[in-house]
Amino acid sequence: MAFNIYICGVGGQGIGLLAAVLAQAAARAGLQTRACDTHGLAQRGGVVSSHIRLGADALTPLVPEGGADLVLALERLEALRGAAQYLKKGGQVVYYNTAYQPVSVRTGEAAYPSEEEVHLAVLGFGGKALSVNLANISDPRMQNSALLGKVAALNAVPGLPAAVIEEVLKEMVPPAALEENLALFRSPR
Amino acid sequence: MLSLAGLMTEKEGFSALAMGNHALARAMAEAGTAVITSYPGSPTPEIAEALLAPPEKNRGYRFEFAVNEKVALEIAAGASLNGHPAAVFFKSVGLNVAADSLIQLPLMELPGGMVIILGDDPGANSSQNEQDNRWFARMAYIPVFEPGSPAEAYVMYKEAAALARERKAPVFLRLTTHVCHARETVKFGPLPAAHDWTPRFDAAAGPYVPITTAVFPLKKRALEKLDAWAAYGEKSALNAVYKASATGTRKLGAISSGLPALCLLEAVRAAGAPVDILKLGLSWPLPEKLAADFLASHDEVYVFEELDRVMEVELKALAYGRGIGCVIHSRRGHHELMGEATPERARASLAGAWPNLFPASEQRRTLPPAPRLPQMCPGCGHRSAFHAIKQALPPGAITVGDIGCHSLGFLPPYGIGEVLLSMGHSVSTASGLALNNGSRKVVAFVGDSTFFHAAMPGVVNAASRDSDVTLVLLDNGTTAMTGHQPRPGNGEIGEKLSLPELLKTLGVKFLRECDAYDQPKLAAQLKEAMEHQGFAVVIARHPCMLKFMRDRRRANPGLKPQHVAVDQAKCARHYICAAEFACPSFVRHADGSVTVNTELCIGDGSCVQTCPAQAIGRDK
Repeated sequence: MAFNIYICGVGGQGIGLLAAVLAQAAARAGLQTRACDTHGLAQRGGVVSSHIRLGADALTPLVPEGGADLVLALERLEALRGAAQYLKKGGQVVYYNTAYQPVSVRTGEAAYPSEEEVHLAVLGFGGKALSVNLANISDPRMQNSALLGKVAALNAVPGLPAAVIEEVLKEMVPPAALEENLALFRSPR
Repeated sequence: MLSLAGLMTEKEGFSALAMGNHALARAMAEAGTAVITSYPGSPTPEIAEALLAPPEKNRGYRFEFAVNEKVALEIAAGASLNGHPAAVFFKSVGLNVAADSLIQLPLMELPGGMVIILGDDPGANSSQNEQDNRWFARMAYIPVFEPGSPAEAYVMYKEAAALARERKAPVFLRLTTHVCHARETVKFGPLPAAHDWTPRFDAAAGPYVPITTAVFPLKKRALEKLDAWAAYGEKSALNAVYKASATGTRKLGAISSGLPALCLLEAVRAAGAPVDILKLGLSWPLPEKLAADFLASHDEVYVFEELDRVMEVELKALAYGRGIGCVIHSRRGHHELMGEATPERARASLAGAWPNLFPASEQRRTLPPAPRLPQMCPGCGHRSAFHAIKQALPPGAITVGDIGCHSLGFLPPYGIGEVLLSMGHSVSTASGLALNNGSRKVVAFVGDSTFFHAAMPGVVNAASRDSDVTLVLLDNGTTAMTGHQPRPGNGEIGEKLSLPELLKTLGVKFLRECDAYDQPKLAAQLKEAMEHQGFAVVIARHPCMLKFMRDRRRANPGLKPQHVAVDQAKCARHYICAAEFACPSFVRHADGSVTVNTELCIGDGSCVQTCPAQAIGRDK
């Protein structure tokens, strides 16, 4: 059976780089990799997602609903949405704990979920949730490195060693931002 | 790991994990495609990203963004007439704009050949509809290659380009969003020798002017070429049968193409279902013998398509005409004609015909109640403009939007731009709404890239008739929605064109300009324009702040971020900043207080003027 990873967040957070590093690392680790970004209006604050499927029986790039072994999110509400739609029973959610309110919350029509609510909901889906949050990140677009570090530290993707993720991260992050990204990547361990 | 520029310039073959659009760009370079054109739009803009990655001197091809799709297609056609292999790529609705010239192409001998890449968008991920461009093939007599993955797109492009050149004809390579954006490992080949740029246009190789009696010989030749494509499709390895590992009591089969065929294959293999699959890579003209043999050798066949019933109708006609007794199943109900194919959908569709083929799937869970719709970025000039304009509009006013970031103005909370047809439509649709309408003001919007793309004829028309319309030209200086591609006139391609001068030349008499951040001035100018009897234009200008901030950060790596802050002592909880101006940077807490999310705020300060309690200021 393929190992399915669903990655989501808000447009502009750097989902693309996160997914590209993971997919590239998986391919380098010798896993048969199929991936796909969904980013129509990605930079305009909507939901963005990326799909990675590892294994020979995945012929198509999109993770089936309710079929993700691992849900990665860069934002709390999107972690909940992603888990509700994609998490497989027994799967794991790892998310960066920051909150970007959608319009409906700012107009007072909808509520924004607390960390506890997200974790309880994921338990209800038959999975478990873990969050990461690091103080003192100079640029929020580096939160993806912290999340990636957590994924590496947890060995959350079978057959994908942390060292390979780090190697690819070093190649893909622009040199000027590499040092800080690497520090964030290594911090959750 | 190869950079994107390296992907395009590596001389020898190699394997790499590649996005469909990037694999296609490499295929163009390998195929010796000399001239490539486009107008940007989803889902194909990353083809351009790869083509533009190496410095110009290292490219064996010439790539141009054109002012619109029709111009792009014509440039590629002209290059092909000179004997240069050419390609043009479109977004899902791009071909509509180019259709006038497209229809003529198959009547012409195109010595360089031409690949027309269509990026269809089943599921309307980023398009205003989910039109099925396979219909254009039937109307224009152009064959269709349909890859289902990046590796297939790469292989099919090279084959399509070689055949197009050999047959002096245009071909369609039809992709869909999740073929364009998928990634998989692709085995690439070497780059060819440098292209010979000798212009070889020869009028005698035509005729190229389809007037009167010339039309019929040209049409005859186009029909003969179609026959040759059909004959090629009968033998091509792109059209292949995938035999099921199991057999049932009745012989079951399915016919599909592109990504839907791979969805079908994945679903059938996962369940070990006894269904043979005919996957058509060169899907039109239909290889009739191949398809008839498949139908005749099965008791029941499911035609699994995405979007319209295109192949279904042709396959049913084929079976009927040849007296083949096979039962042909197809999708039922309107819901199956919408959205994109997935393995689950393939399973659900087939289960409609064969209920016991697959195990039952699990029920869906409820999603969180707060949807996250796309919105304008923090600091966007459009937000500032809409906030001012909303307060200046009289009751009953009709607002007409256009394509671009400002289309998002229709979403809550602004509700501005209540009609949207296509790129550049707004002025003319507004002109129609204003006819014999003495009671309701009509205000149209257009962005600057769209103005050049297709709105200029509408402006000329409105100016010459003095239509009672106010046009707000939202000028952010770029093609923002699709990723900041340059547009003619903004100084990145050729000389900078002055929009006010251009508008005056087009006949605009009433013209005002302001910075979109200056809300009182914009509101006053809009009121004045609406009071003016006849055509009036207001230019609300502000650079795209997403691009502005990115450029600024690149230029000053240590740039200290700036923010605004809410003075809690002054805040009277009007929520105008958070809910009406609605910048995503504002956070409304459960206790009723409002703060600023410093991860999002760029410190532009366009919100400061919106607070009646003057509680917003620069964070020091």
